[in-house]
Amino acid sequence: MSSNEISDKNLPHEQGSAHGTAVAENPFADPGLPPHKPRIQDVDEQAAKRSERTVALLFTVSMLATIGFIASFVIFPVDEIVYVWPIGHVSATNLSLGLTLGVALFCIGAGAVHWARTLMSDEEFADDRHAIEAAPEVKAKVMTDFADGARESAIGRRPLIRNTMLGALAMVPLSGVVLLRELGPLPEKKLFHTSWKKGLQLINMNTNEPLRPEDVVVGSLTFAKPEGLEEDDEDFNNKIAKDALMIVRIQPQDIKDRRELEWSHEGIVAFSKICTHVGCPISLYEQQTHHVLCPCHQSTFDLSDGARVIFGPAGHPLPQLRIGVNGEGNLEALGDFAEPVGPAFWERG
Amino acid sequence: MSTTTDAKRKAPAGERVADWADGRLGIYSLAKANMRKIFPDHWSFMLGEICLYSFIIIILTGVYLTLFFHPSMNEVHYHGSYVPMQGIRMTEAYASTLDISFDVRGGLLIRQIHHWAALIFIAGMFVHMMRVFFTGAFRKPREINWLFGFLLFALGMFTGFTGYSLPDDLLSGTGVRFTQGAILSVPIVGTYISMFLFGGEFPGHDIIARFYSIHILLLPGIMLGLVVAHLILVFYHKHTQFPGPGRTNKNVVGMPLLPVYMAKAGGFFFLVFGVIAVIAALFTINPIWALGPYRPDQVSTGAQPDWYMGFAEGLVRVMPGWEINLWGHTLVLGVFIPLVVFGLVLAAIAVYPFIESWITGDKREHHILDRPRNAPTRTALGVAWVTSYMVMLIGGGNDIFATHLHMSINSITWFVRIFYFVGPVIAFIVTKRICMGLQRRDRDKVLHGRESGIIKRLPHGEFVEIHEPLSQSQRYSLTAHEQYEPAEVGPAVDENGVERKLTRGEKLRAKLSKGYFGEGNQVPKATAEEYREISSGHGGHH
Ligand code: HEM
Ligand code: FES
Repeated sequence: MSSNEISDKNLPHEQGSAHGTAVAENPFADPGLPPHKPRIQDVDEQAAKRSERTVALLFTVSMLATIGFIASFVIFPVDEIVYVWPIGHVSATNLSLGLTLGVALFCIGAGAVHWARTLMSDEEFADDRHAIEAAPEVKAKVMTDFADGARESAIGRRPLIRNTMLGALAMVPLSGVVLLRELGPLPEKKLFHTSWKKGLQLINMNTNEPLRPEDVVVGSLTFAKPEGLEEDDEDFNNKIAKDALMIVRIQPQDIKDRRELEWSHEGIVAFSKICTHVGCPISLYEQQTHHVLCPCHQSTFDLSDGARVIFGPAGHPLPQLRIGVNGEGNLEALGDFAEPVGPAFWERG
Repeated sequence: MSTTTDAKRKAPAGERVADWADGRLGIYSLAKANMRKIFPDHWSFMLGEICLYSFIIIILTGVYLTLFFHPSMNEVHYHGSYVPMQGIRMTEAYASTLDISFDVRGGLLIRQIHHWAALIFIAGMFVHMMRVFFTGAFRKPREINWLFGFLLFALGMFTGFTGYSLPDDLLSGTGVRFTQGAILSVPIVGTYISMFLFGGEFPGHDIIARFYSIHILLLPGIMLGLVVAHLILVFYHKHTQFPGPGRTNKNVVGMPLLPVYMAKAGGFFFLVFGVIAVIAALFTINPIWALGPYRPDQVSTGAQPDWYMGFAEGLVRVMPGWEINLWGHTLVLGVFIPLVVFGLVLAAIAVYPFIESWITGDKREHHILDRPRNAPTRTALGVAWVTSYMVMLIGGGNDIFATHLHMSINSITWFVRIFYFVGPVIAFIVTKRICMGLQRRDRDKVLHGRESGIIKRLPHGEFVEIHEPLSQSQRYSLTAHEQYEPAEVGPAVDENGVERKLTRGEKLRAKLSKGYFGEGNQVPKATAEEYREISSGHGGHH
């Protein structure tokens, strides 16, 4: 650092603090602490008495409010709803408990502050500051103490001890790190697959019935899940987080993307409902334009053009599920998604 | 012998207890140093107190909530007293939060106080930090306390986020999903972090329980330690003070801890608590019953995080969706860059004191605060930072701004993208000019006196305003600030005639120093000579 040190020339000079005589010479000298000005309460006992009564009144109101709190707690049933203008319908307990508690606390505070401001001495004093840094003698003493201690431990003379100790201390936390391995499984290929596979029927989320092509009308947005996944299943949330489907019908001649048309069933297309930005479910459909919008950060995808991103922060299109119709005339999947659903990640490629 | 027993009998009970404690803890020596410790007074010094008190309120109410909250993702069917949710499947976490809200008397109030106090806590830290920044209170010897405060602010955001996620409602679950998506964007290790944090794929069955121990134990524990360390340092360094008559770098002027400061500070705790209780009674925050339990395939529109996360939300919203696919890997820049910028913007707060002290080369202690105008470059940098932060808050609410202002989301997004870069530059220039203007005004006031508002007609017909000279203490206060000279790089040849190589660091520092203190970057304060010349020359007016 030392060669890099800049000189002290640029540092300002300390403002000379001059009292008394110097003031006349230096128009900017520090005149010192102004004399204390008494308040009305300091000179007029009547005013002081008034302050005293105000403080006592505030403390009394606080006591009454606490009684009010206990009374409200006892009186109001927990489910009583009251209408209070202008806030509307609110829980009676919440309102009464909160207001009484608030008043009880506030009045203690107001009383204490009023007491301090009007009745306690408001004379200002000056305390000296002392440098945080130790004096040179203190530092010298510490340095010799340290050198003595270090010499007596012989750590400098016996590097073998020092090095093995450092090695042991460096390694022992590894046990802790290894234990953290149990926090969760390795990613492996988990993010690449969903429950969808060839032959699984598409189940309408609303009716819980298999979807038939005629159920999907132009202009409506239908949500679907794979057959066999029930809301009461233990891992329903984990599954639906990847399996959720969004189905719309588009006139085949309006579909601009060749593969999309191939993977559709007569213009019925199925896309992942999970936004490719950071994974919110997509919920809004604009039927004229076939745009869907993610409400989280407004990524917009064009479902008539391979679910291309046309606005917002998403980085790639929504994956499409290839669908067909089975023997019973229900919509079914013709395989899993060809690419991972949801947000992008390093291994996605 | 008899005299000592006499003395003992006479000592009141309180004193005897104190004697007992002193024999074991040495409390008299402690009290001698601290009981009448002087604290300077200024409204802005209360900001830190607001943070401390809301933190205490959060701990008190949080402990109460733990008595009723079940941090479990086991699914149950709801059968509590809130009718619209009857029979609906939800996690125990969500069900127990409904119970706290509808079946525990006062439970809703405590939940609301906890949440409101959290919002006020973080807002308080933000403003308190601004106060410390703009007055230069972070300078030596207080840099470490600045770091403690910074850590409290950063950890406060994460504590708030984990708490917000605990009820497992539709809104907070969406926030957790957002976080998981952001974690996935981290190159190489993203999927591993996600799997380890969630105990498997999203959402898994562990995240609420894990957030719970982070929220109520790990982070508050660290924060409590930091708060204590922060306060010990405030005591140890003694509080800074604004310049004024009798206030020097070597003293501290104010009123004693006992009784005035204790009454005011203690009273202020009750004021803060009281106000938060009233807010909690009147304004509903986070009505989780209106949102429903979390499901990964459902979402509520207009999803917004708590305000302190709005800035991160904005970064994620306005960033273009860049993804780079190379050699079988994906670099998700569209999400990862916001994540990195988020870290950098916070880190900028942490390192600023060290940058400034490197530029000034000043190793002295500073206990007198700067008025923001007297440090124009620092003030301008601070305002630029706040501007970029605010622009991103707008970005985080782009949908809300769009609907309220009847503008398209597209134009708001582009406004934010451009202003994120242009706004801070404009803010910097404008702030610096304002500071210089105010410095010039101070200088004029010192030299020519205060405008009295009285107009006088001179014999030859000209109208002038009478200027009243300032008092000695006003003149002192307005000229007490120190002004640095810009640092020179020094001669390229040293005293022995040997050529000295200037390092790049030295050159950079000289340049920055000029930007801070060079000509045109501060107004030289009035000198005594100028003052005497003017006041002897033409009296009270000009
Ligand atoms: C230190 C800063 C803390 C912050 C900023 C914070 C913030 C929050 C927030 C925003 C919530 C959501 C509340 C809601 O609207 O439902 C929450 C919930 C919760 N917090 Fe904290 N908290 C903090 C400390 C603590 C501590 C120390 C405890 C306990 C010892 C605690 C216990 C809880 C519990 C049990 C819940 C869930 C209950 C519920 O949501 O009703 N918190 N916290
Ligand atoms: S998650 Fe859909 S836009 Fe961000």
